[in-house]
Amino acid sequence: MAETLRHLRYVMAGNPVTFLAFSLFGLIVFMGIFGPMLVPYDPLASTPTGALKPPSWQHWFGTDQVGRDVFSRVVVATRLDLLISISAVGLSFLLGSILGAVSGFWGGWTDRILGRLLDTIMAFPLFVLAMGIVAASGNTIENIVIATAIINLPFYARVARAEVAIRRNAGWVQAAKLSGNNDLTILFGRVVPNILPPMMVQISLNMGWAILNAAGLSFIGLGVRPPTPEWGIMVAEGASYIVSGEWWLALFPGLALMTAVFTFNLMGDGLRDLVDPARRT
Amino acid sequence: MSNPALLSVQQLSVQFRTRQGTVDAVRDVSFTLRKGQTIGIVGESGSGKSVTSYAIMRILDRAGLIASGSAVFGGIRLDQAPEDVMNELRGREISMIFQNPRAALNPIRTVGQQISDVLIEHAQATRASARHKAIEALQRVQIRNPEERYHAYPFELSGGMCQRIVIAMALACKPQILIADEPTTGLDVTTQRTVMDLIRDLTRESGMASILITHDLGLAGEYCDTIVVMERGLVVETGQAEDLFLRPQHPYTRKLVKATPHHAQSLRELLPDDGASRPEEVPASDSTSKKAVPLLDVVDLVKSFPRARGLRDWLHRRDPAPFLAVDRIRFQVFPGESVGLVGESGCGKSTTSAMISRLLEPTNGSIWFKGKDLSLIRSDQFTQSPMRAQIQMVFQDPTESLNPRETAAQSIADPLIHLLNLSSRDQIRTEVRKLAEQVGLEPELLSRLPHQLSGGQKARVGIARALASRPELLILDEPTAALDVSVQAVVLNLLADLKVRLGMSYLFVSHDLEVVRLLCERVIVMQSGRIVESGPTTHVFRAPQHEYTKTLLAAAPRFLEHTTK
Repeated sequence: MAETLRHLRYVMAGNPVTFLAFSLFGLIVFMGIFGPMLVPYDPLASTPTGALKPPSWQHWFGTDQVGRDVFSRVVVATRLDLLISISAVGLSFLLGSILGAVSGFWGGWTDRILGRLLDTIMAFPLFVLAMGIVAASGNTIENIVIATAIINLPFYARVARAEVAIRRNAGWVQAAKLSGNNDLTILFGRVVPNILPPMMVQISLNMGWAILNAAGLSFIGLGVRPPTPEWGIMVAEGASYIVSGEWWLALFPGLALMTAVFTFNLMGDGLRDLVDPARRT
Repeated sequence: MSNPALLSVQQLSVQFRTRQGTVDAVRDVSFTLRKGQTIGIVGESGSGKSVTSYAIMRILDRAGLIASGSAVFGGIRLDQAPEDVMNELRGREISMIFQNPRAALNPIRTVGQQISDVLIEHAQATRASARHKAIEALQRVQIRNPEERYHAYPFELSGGMCQRIVIAMALACKPQILIADEPTTGLDVTTQRTVMDLIRDLTRESGMASILITHDLGLAGEYCDTIVVMERGLVVETGQAEDLFLRPQHPYTRKLVKATPHHAQSLRELLPDDGASRPEEVPASDSTSKKAVPLLDVVDLVKSFPRARGLRDWLHRRDPAPFLAVDRIRFQVFPGESVGLVGESGCGKSTTSAMISRLLEPTNGSIWFKGKDLSLIRSDQFTQSPMRAQIQMVFQDPTESLNPRETAAQSIADPLIHLLNLSSRDQIRTEVRKLAEQVGLEPELLSRLPHQLSGGQKARVGIARALASRPELLILDEPTAALDVSVQAVVLNLLADLKVRLGMSYLFVSHDLEVVRLLCERVIVMQSGRIVESGPTTHVFRAPQHEYTKTLLAAAPRFLEHTTK
């Protein structure tokens, strides 16, 4: 554990961009966990008299059409958005790695069938597919997570398949066979840990994408329902006020969304360095 | 010495910026290359021999810079010349041949086009005449049917052919200096000989000067006039090739000359004299004590790979004849014996070893091991068989054969846990330590990951892992091919000692005849899937019967022959 922490410090010291990304990520996670306790106003409490006020010292990000504090809503929404994207990415990472690893390691018919199945998913415009899944299975947060996981699945499976396939005949895999390991332990105990570095890059790219996807679904009215604070809905609701000059309604949740996506994309290299044993000295 | 210097390198130093600060890769290297001369730069990996040549060509990567010194070619300071001048010089005046010919060629352009490109780039030909000149260039490197080969893609040609194409490209503009960076590493001995002869003849013909960078002292001795020996960025000795071999001055040169297996009489001779820890001479195992019952008996072993059906096969509704990688071979290995399996790449020796170690399913034939036919057990079930512990293997590339995420101790413990079913932590730890001690691996290295170990240390980990399950037959698949000569000498001695101490049998797969001569009692020569000759090593080496064995033996560089006798 101490070793890992030392390595984390080393990786961050080596690359200022990674340091920035991890700091931002820390901030986002902090907001997700403690945000609801720290915000100055109840994100759901409306004050009709104070509606559509521009940013001020009292309301940093202004107030919305029913007088709710935008700052509090943006902060509170972090938890839900983070939860949706992390669980969706986690789910597709898990399933995708397993499917990809299996088809890359054994090849043959397993590979062909799984490959065509994933091709089918990729053949759809992915956002439309996610819309369809949520619309058909019901408008709940779990279904958003599942839909996001399904559309991201092929990317993980592809990367995992390629990375496993180039390692399946490596000397150390053969050596593991000679040492009496069976194929399953070799694949999941030895080979899969070795493909983590490229998978980490995929995860961080995908994370931003998953947040956008969840927000996008809410934006078009699927998934999370108002008045729950969520960045996508807030942007959607605020969008109609931009023309009348109340820009802060959509801008701040939009900025939060952008920062989150930006952070996850930047984290890729750092995550890879973190799980790559060759980076340890 | 009326011959003026063509290239003069004076106190050249190269530094690299790394995370740990700047590293001196090359320090104060000086040499002079004259017209028609061949200089060999010899050293082990990390000695800075390649970096020196990159600095001369100014193709160091971004982290590297020439810190001081100079390299003068025809009045031009190569270390200071602007990039456009260097672009003019590269290829036209100074050419370079790289280690891996396949990587040096563009895979999606035909080789002829690539030679034409070079000619046009340096204004040696117009678009109209380029084709004709390229075919001429192909002819010069002795490629048969150059008109046809002009249209060949690199993947259609063998490694040796690719290297000839690269040489043709390097020589296309008739440069004054040719730098060859390990031009024959990865090529078979016979190919190595033809490629090196070709380079020598062509450079002589056109009065070029050349620099040969190699780790193989024997090769340098045979083809170079002057040899520069480098160690850790420093030139330790410079001299005429013969002087260097007969009267090496520097201890490092002496160690290198000694470690080169050509004409050593025993493995012990490869080790430096001064080592206090020099092991006792172990008597070669007595052949009379050999039991008549073979440990391993391979009978009519066949491995065939199906070929893809071409269009014509589709039309005729037939399957093409399968490719026979191993064709009905039979041989025996007796207890306590080491047998060398020799041949060039593609002869089926690695396929054979993979079948015997049960990593690959044989198509036909049987493998009798201690009275049981192993070919009856499917290779994916062999892991569970008690026989698994008895046959182990040491792989070719020590780096590639270790899991990058496992420490040395974890790698060695793996067979202990799965084959010997050890479960107590203390027991495993003591066993791992014992094995590490056996192969001469310091205990503090056990907690390191593979990338923190040197090549020799990784080889030791691989050997320790193979020994862990106390096998009776150890298959060694070119265990020293990726190692420097001095490390190779140590590892070979270690293997010889272990064999006697633990009473194992070895099946030693190698393309290096010299190593086989020193380690094995019997040798089997394979060519295109068949055994062409076998017998006691001394017999086969002294009086080879088969044509192919003779070619193989003749091809190994033998500089010392005329100097030491």
